[in-house]
Amino acid sequence: MVGLIDLVERLTTPHPLDRYLELVRPTLTLRQMRAEITHVRRSAVGSVTLTLRPTRQWTGHLAGQYVQIGVVIDGVRHTRCYSPVNTQTRRDRHIELTIKAHPHGLVSNYLHENAIPGMVVDLAPAAGVFHLPEQRPDRIVLITGGSGITPALSMLRTLATEGYQGRVLFLHYNRSPEWVPHRAELQALALAHTNFRVEMLYPELGQDPNFSYDELERLAPWFAAAQTYLCGPPGLMKAVRTVYEAEQLSDRLHLEEFVLTVAPADPATAEGSVTFSGSDITTENTGASLLEQAESAGLTPAYGCRMGICFTCTAVKRSGCTRNLRTGEVDADPDQPIQLCINAPVGDVDIAI
Amino acid sequence: MAILTETPAGPVVLSAEQVEEIGRELDALRARVVEDLGERDREYIYSIIKAQRGFEVAGRGLMYLGFLPPFWLAGVASLTVSKILDNMEIGHNVMHGQYDWMREPGLNSREFEWDTVCPADQWRHSHNYMHHTFTNIHGKDRDIGYGILRVDEAQAWNPLRLGNPLYAFFLMVAFEWGVMGHDLEVENIVRGKRSWSDIKSLVKGQVRKAGKQVLKDYVIFPALTGPLFLSTLAGNFTANIARNLWTFSIIFCGHFPSGVQTFTEEETAEETQGEWYVRQMLGSANIEGGRTFHIMSGNLSHQIEHHLFPDLPANRYPEIAPEVKALAEKHGLPYNTGSFSQQIGSVWAKLFKLALPPALVKSQPTGVIVMRRGTASEVGV
Ligand code: FES
Repeated sequence: MVGLIDLVERLTTPHPLDRYLELVRPTLTLRQMRAEITHVRRSAVGSVTLTLRPTRQWTGHLAGQYVQIGVVIDGVRHTRCYSPVNTQTRRDRHIELTIKAHPHGLVSNYLHENAIPGMVVDLAPAAGVFHLPEQRPDRIVLITGGSGITPALSMLRTLATEGYQGRVLFLHYNRSPEWVPHRAELQALALAHTNFRVEMLYPELGQDPNFSYDELERLAPWFAAAQTYLCGPPGLMKAVRTVYEAEQLSDRLHLEEFVLTVAPADPATAEGSVTFSGSDITTENTGASLLEQAESAGLTPAYGCRMGICFTCTAVKRSGCTRNLRTGEVDADPDQPIQLCINAPVGDVDIAI
Repeated sequence: MAILTETPAGPVVLSAEQVEEIGRELDALRARVVEDLGERDREYIYSIIKAQRGFEVAGRGLMYLGFLPPFWLAGVASLTVSKILDNMEIGHNVMHGQYDWMREPGLNSREFEWDTVCPADQWRHSHNYMHHTFTNIHGKDRDIGYGILRVDEAQAWNPLRLGNPLYAFFLMVAFEWGVMGHDLEVENIVRGKRSWSDIKSLVKGQVRKAGKQVLKDYVIFPALTGPLFLSTLAGNFTANIARNLWTFSIIFCGHFPSGVQTFTEEETAEETQGEWYVRQMLGSANIEGGRTFHIMSGNLSHQIEHHLFPDLPANRYPEIAPEVKALAEKHGLPYNTGSFSQQIGSVWAKLFKLALPPALVKSQPTGVIVMRRGTASEVGV
């Protein structure tokens, strides 16, 4: 197959074959993985569940991992990471994503409002080390808050289909019951599996306390012997970490942080640190262009015009927020190519040079 | 910066404040377009790509009927259009980063390759950086005559220049190969300013890219038509040459018609953004024409707008051209434009004229003078 593709690409040179095939049908691509949305469900408040049919390159995910999807919004392709909520053993190779609409989340809002069956999105292979080990532990604690529920959902469902015999505590924090996606299914799982304990707490309703040692001790007295998977907002992450550290159980705690880069109120301030991850250098942000900051850190990135017209200095920004010095535009998307000579860091930024 | 230009009313003097005002107005214009970029531009570039791929597939297909002259001709025409669109409205513009904001891997300036023998990365250096940064500065912009031709009076004359029109003709026919060799700066090697080891990696890249192009057009596709091998080979060859004639003509109309200015390094040292803009305007020339003509020229028919804003999507140039023209008029600056026949005629007239020793040729009159830091530059006045 690869030999044949190579041969055909001799004919389409210099363009990859996919650049022709995608014009016929966006999911016909040979190398680039994509997915077509087949179902859209809006059950819980503020979130949408999408079923995706990936193209044939999809090799599945491990419960807890995430995938990156790309959608075009007003002409621009934006990519974001989401954890599939389906079991890792799903037979039909479909992916189910539950996406919570964040007030400032461009992509999540867009999908919440506009996703329809037939829509095609970009898809990257599943990645991330936050997943159940192949050898399932005897006891498992899953602690999640808000949209952090998604990787844990995949874990719990996978364990259910596998007929897992150990004990599981599934502890989830949210605003109120209507906001919990897949709530009915979670409760059904708990009923069907006596070894699963599903607890949903709504601190904002004032009925339940926030996360604490006592709470954990009450729900899962055996937690010290468990492997714990934690994913949620910073406050929850911190509370759980503190407890585990005090109990000297940090090595049994696995976490997935969602890094939400938010642009600071005043983008012109120079604070934070600039990391050039390709060369292992970190410096204080001086407010100058990234090209100048890289040079004063002793690096020699390629450049030409130094005024934003030749695109010689383009490099990939791994994470963080940058400000375009010509337009003032602020960009917080991860893994984006940017022109070093006309962009300045806003807060912490990681550049791959 | 002192600038020589032909204005019917004689020299135009721009004060430093006026130059800064021009800079501000153009910055504002750019900001407005950037703000507005979106779905429409995406649709535009994809519609061009679809058309180009369509012409390509049709052209390759028609070669199977190449034994019938009308089909052969139609095939050649299709393929020529495909290659022109690929090189100009798609390749040249994508490689300028005009569509980088879309974040499409296939339309990213760093990753794009085009259907011509010159490797994209070398073009980005010789064109995007060297030519667009130092537009029309003697000693820096190697597009002034491409190291072969005399296209400006400030280039010294010698008896070899007598062949000027002939060299231009050869360059036109073999234009894609000329473009490929551009970054080698062969004339600097001849002068001893550059060594062969400096260019080894460039040559390697060229061999790799050109090899693929040659294999495709002159071996594989002809072979796929079996008994029509020679007919297809001739068809592909003709399409490549036709594309060369066209691209050469459009590109030469961009900077070499009469009235276009060149500059010296002293004049342009420590340039302000406003002065940079003025240089781009006075150093470029437009061609008038209809929508199809503009698309087929990669919108380099809007060379002035392209040089002011090389990274704005090309479909925006026709839209902003009236504003740029009005701005030029407001400040008394020339806005060099004309029909295709006018501009290309003027290019060839210049190529012939500058072949002759300066004593035999009448020189151009003085025009725009830009005041720098309050004093009129004396160069050329
Ligand atoms: S160096 Fe030319 S765009 Fe940055």
